[in-house]
Amino acid sequence: MKKLFLSVIGMYFTMLAALSQGNPKADSVYKPRKLTFEEANLVSSYYRQDGNNSAVTGGIGSEKLTDLSNSIDIKLYRYDKQDRKHSFIGALGFDHYTSASSDKIDPHTISSASHSDTRFYPSLSWTMENAKKGSTIGAGLSLSTEFDYQSFGVNVNFAKKTKDKSGEFSAKLQAYLDQVSLIYPIELRTGNNNGEDDDYATTPRNTFNLDLSWSQIINQRLQVMLDGEVVYQHGYLGLPFHRVYFADNTVHVENLPSERLKIPMSIRANYFISDKFILRTWYRYYHDDWNINSNTLQLETVVKLSPFFSVTPFYRFYQQTAANYFAPFREHTAADTYYTSNYDLSKFNSSFFGAGFRIAPPDGVFKIQHWNSLELRYGHYTKNIGMNSDIISLNVKFK
Amino acid sequence: MKPYIKSFFYIPLYITAIVFFSSCTTVKEYQKNKLNDAEMSLSSRKIEKTELSFQSYREGASGANGGKTGGGCGCN
Repeated sequence: MKKLFLSVIGMYFTMLAALSQGNPKADSVYKPRKLTFEEANLVSSYYRQDGNNSAVTGGIGSEKLTDLSNSIDIKLYRYDKQDRKHSFIGALGFDHYTSASSDKIDPHTISSASHSDTRFYPSLSWTMENAKKGSTIGAGLSLSTEFDYQSFGVNVNFAKKTKDKSGEFSAKLQAYLDQVSLIYPIELRTGNNNGEDDDYATTPRNTFNLDLSWSQIINQRLQVMLDGEVVYQHGYLGLPFHRVYFADNTVHVENLPSERLKIPMSIRANYFISDKFILRTWYRYYHDDWNINSNTLQLETVVKLSPFFSVTPFYRFYQQTAANYFAPFREHTAADTYYTSNYDLSKFNSSFFGAGFRIAPPDGVFKIQHWNSLELRYGHYTKNIGMNSDIISLNVKFK
Repeated sequence: MKPYIKSFFYIPLYITAIVFFSSCTTVKEYQKNKLNDAEMSLSSRKIEKTELSFQSYREGASGANGGKTGGGCGCN
């Protein structure tokens, strides 16, 4: 009996020692005071779409488009004297797209200046995390520039964990101050600007966004997040080269209200079913004052074929009602104050499905120590109004 | 509003109620190995960046998913 008692005491101290090794005190973790590399991500995507409801040609015509997108972000961090972690993220993105519909802004040209374009979008962000208080604050700046559109963004954010660190509240305030170049369809241009120079007038479009979220650990396998946003847009919310053909066959430029209030709400729940399977779910309800109501449901199952290799099939269903101001080709009349034939604002359902593959070996991808993971994802998107698209993306992470 | 839209509207409320009225247990740091799995992250993956972007252009709804709600044209 004495031996058994001593064995139990021995096992207890062995477990205690093992646990204390696995959970080193916060002070013993190396915390660099100098700026240190944390991770870098390279994301590349190729997107192509086709359909027959282009807004540039009044709701009829090719929607063929390709987009090659590349972005890189680098995250650096350091600790200050109060043990607060400062993270700095610099990101840079390039999109190069070709668009058959944009080429129809001036159909008399063989290929107009707008048939292809490059978007360039750098951003900078900073966060400061206080692990003792469980709080994080941050701020960021972003810029996006392309031939006919400039955007400047600024954001601030705050997050606070509960005492037991099972819940976290976060708030983010964003503002985008944009300028739209007024490039009208060639037949609707007046004055001297007949498309022979690039000196187009611009008009503002501003977006203000408050995002509030609550994430909660339910148990050792389940965590959820509730997210609600209020988005207010003001300014020129249509696009000047979107044609609308009225029933009397006259052609007009899309005209939409100068304000829009959007309210999306979502819930995300991730469940660790077993060492082999993880279920990721996401649902969103959306309403705006143009009377678009929408529901989105996404399901993903992560299948871990090994501890370092996983396959993730996914399915996303989307449904929306039409905006008050939408009507197809030649259905608007002069009695309409606002009008558009942009099918992105029409009533439709869409499905998006595909799979992702992720490899993250402990000794690095292809034994390259700092190459943390490689991820590839393909998806096929289809609307029930005849538009289809495909996207393939690659994410390479260095750590 | 059509009845089926109304019923969809209440889905997040039902889910919220189920989640918050069921017992949440305190999970200690050393018990979070499953929750800390990279695939359990409560945010969109970086690889979804372009997907979220094209969906916000091709659909009337956007937001509440870490995707963009403004900035950049999406003109085409």
